[in-house]
Amino acid sequence: MSSANTPEPQKRPGAPPKRGGVPPGRSGVVAGRLPWVLVVPAVLGLGFLVLPLAGLLIRAPWATLPSRLAEPQVLEALRLSLVTATVATAVCLVLGVPLAWLLARVSFPGRRVVRALVTVPLVLPPVVGGVALLLVLGRRGVAGQWLESAFGVSLPFTTAGVVVAEAFVAMPFLVISVEGALRGADQRFEEAAATLGASRWTVFRRVTLPLVMPGVVAGAVLCWARALGEFGATITFAGNFPGRTQTMPLAVYLALETEPEAAIVLSLVLLAVSVIILASLRDRWVSA
Amino acid sequence: MFRRLSLLLAVVVVLAGCAPGEARGGELTVFAAASLTGTFTELGAAFEAEHPGVRVRFSFGSSATLAQQIAQGAPVDVFASASPATMKAATDAKAVTFARNRLRIAVPVANPAGVDELADLADPRVKVALCAEQVPCGAAAVKALEAAGVKVTPVTLERDVKATLTKVELGEVDAALVYRTDVAAAAGRVTGIDFPEAAQAVNDYPIAALTAGPAAEFVELVRSERGRDVLTRAGFEVP
Repeated sequence: MSSANTPEPQKRPGAPPKRGGVPPGRSGVVAGRLPWVLVVPAVLGLGFLVLPLAGLLIRAPWATLPSRLAEPQVLEALRLSLVTATVATAVCLVLGVPLAWLLARVSFPGRRVVRALVTVPLVLPPVVGGVALLLVLGRRGVAGQWLESAFGVSLPFTTAGVVVAEAFVAMPFLVISVEGALRGADQRFEEAAATLGASRWTVFRRVTLPLVMPGVVAGAVLCWARALGEFGATITFAGNFPGRTQTMPLAVYLALETEPEAAIVLSLVLLAVSVIILASLRDRWVSA
Repeated sequence: MFRRLSLLLAVVVVLAGCAPGEARGGELTVFAAASLTGTFTELGAAFEAEHPGVRVRFSFGSSATLAQQIAQGAPVDVFASASPATMKAATDAKAVTFARNRLRIAVPVANPAGVDELADLADPRVKVALCAEQVPCGAAAVKALEAAGVKVTPVTLERDVKATLTKVELGEVDAALVYRTDVAAAAGRVTGIDFPEAAQAVNDYPIAALTAGPAAEFVELVRSERGRDVLTRAGFEVP
């Protein structure tokens, strides 16, 4: 499927695409009126995505905002969220990039099945994912039992458990994004490196990885954002205890039970922090 | 690829358009606390049998969440909540107490930590799950533990009573404080232990009819001999 999508000029031998060059249409101006069939749905789509955010802003209790922000529980939950989401993203990078490479570059029997399995956490309701994690890594779980007896390690109800739950849910975003980048990348660079005597590992490190870096960064950003907002798997697998496993989404959920205003404040904090971080990352990495 | 995507999108849009609307003719919508799932489902079937042409639709969930949905204008005819506070948050309609629930200690059948009274939960080696204080079962747990003078450091504060019970069923914790009715519903998978201080934290369940018509009849059914029978069998106390 990917070869059919490759732009025609790239197939012609003797005319390799300019590396780092601007793809056609990206900076060039396409003349003509904007087609309303695209503009109208685009504006509707934007409104659909942004209006709930406006709802939060309108209902936010601005007067009590500073005092609520200063509550130690809020800062604790925010710190925990940022730390766990970042560690989970690191875990996903270490495991997910090689997995994406395997899916994109190595043909082995059952590859289609494996590719479908990778997306399971995407379709699985996160709460179900959390239960599944408990059944495997819990105290009575298949692997959890062994972990506890051999190493004295018990993941549920620990911060490490939060990382596990977040990584489980967020990793498909990274794998899919990196795999797409790998399949879209021009393999002739890798072939050239190989004919010059580079081993597969060297090719991966020196050619493939730099080539798909934008895809890796985009995937990591998605992965981090998903991990930051993770709720279902986290509360099911890691439980909810302030300072240890209560991340921002969990704090928001529980605040919603009794104090909707506090929940709005917490949501805004989470939103603001994630937007600031993502926007600064974007300027630094993605659009470069 | 693009064509496939747009086809998928078209299918999704069409399906969404086909979703059932909010038609409420001959329909009775009941919002009820999660702990009423078993009993109210049974009573709903009985109500439908007695009132041909009326369909009873349930939405079970955390009382606080349901109360918020009602306050935001969710279409509902009857609300049964697990605490007077959530009822008050939802509606000004007159509510009556139709059931009471009290806490029990739930332990896995094997009882690995050897828990047999409330004081055992204070042992740091015993992993305990409680409901978060924001939900009724958590508020009741705090009250009961205070009354008993027992200080417990739980490993987790769960979002509702069912999630708390699940942690016991899976053996992830050694003990939890849940309602009697939840222990009864999970008979065989968990063991319940009574403790005297539970009497200090009894939960009243109020019910209210929010619309005219069959709603009041449903409330009557819940409070009738038959309703009391169903509730008692599930472990509720009835006034």
